[in-house]
Amino acid sequence: MNTVLLLAGMASVTYVLRVGFWFGAGDSLPVWFKRALRYVPVAVLTAIIVPAVLLKDGAFDLDIHNARLVGALATGLIVWRFNHLLAGIGGGLLVFVLWRWLSPLLTAWM
Amino acid sequence: MVVGIVPFGLIFGTLASSAGLSPWAALAMSALVYAGSAQFIAITLLAAGVGLPVIIATTLVVNLRHLLYSATMQPYVRELSRPWRAFLGHFLTDEAFAVLYNRFSSPRGGVDHRRYYLGVALTLYAAWTGSTAIGVLLGNVVPGIQHWGLEFAMVASFVGIVVPQLKNRAQIAAALTAGIVALLAHGLPYQLGLMVAALTAVAVGMMLERTMAPAEGET
Repeated sequence: MNTVLLLAGMASVTYVLRVGFWFGAGDSLPVWFKRALRYVPVAVLTAIIVPAVLLKDGAFDLDIHNARLVGALATGLIVWRFNHLLAGIGGGLLVFVLWRWLSPLLTAWM
Repeated sequence: MVVGIVPFGLIFGTLASSAGLSPWAALAMSALVYAGSAQFIAITLLAAGVGLPVIIATTLVVNLRHLLYSATMQPYVRELSRPWRAFLGHFLTDEAFAVLYNRFSSPRGGVDHRRYYLGVALTLYAAWTGSTAIGVLLGNVVPGIQHWGLEFAMVASFVGIVVPQLKNRAQIAAALTAGIVALLAHGLPYQLGLMVAALTAVAVGMMLERTMAPAEGET
């Protein structure tokens, strides 16, 4: 992967969006576009999260050792309940690490 | 604001090397792209072996919201010279927009737009690039820090951003669509599944919003 190209591409795309309305182009966005924007975060992030959490090497990974799934559920629950992003990330991370460490011990013991 | 930025800068810096970015590339990404969520997504995709065109296209979609900030800020920067606009534009992040718009549109008024913007821009920029640099150092100095589970911190932060948005049926349907299509389209070449899933989900959200009572769609 060409890192220079990656950085240049990401940086120029982002910059153009930021100054998009500051150099004489139109001064408002079409209404449908603003409406579409409201769904972009949920759409893109969920499309990343779900395969990252449920798949492992392209196949479903739904057994008890899937610490990513348990951690993600913990984060979701904390953020939903307390509406605090950093607490949710920290709590989910803790659950993830503990689960990864404890779940093999648990099955070995049972 | 700075308190909210620094932890993510630290995590980004720490994880960037495990995604295959050199320390300088990680720092350059924070300095030049300067868009936290797009950067996190980029290194997540890099680590998964996704190709360059898809990463840049994803950056475009994820950062489309900056067009909205750009349009909203336009009246407040119109009076500035072109070079100043070109320079300050780089610093229009989510956090900067929140602070600047709040101040400029406030009835308190009476603030020099250029000086205020520059102050906010440089403070937030220093926080982001500085915390990235410290994260890069930590990632290289503390052995095995990448295996502490920090890679999960990205998934967790994405979950944490999505959950509060699920306030109405249209957003929930968009999330369900994105998840299901992403799973179904996982095998598509060039990792196009992500784009297909995201665009389908946006379309479903908008369609559902149209069939709902306007009041619910606006929340």
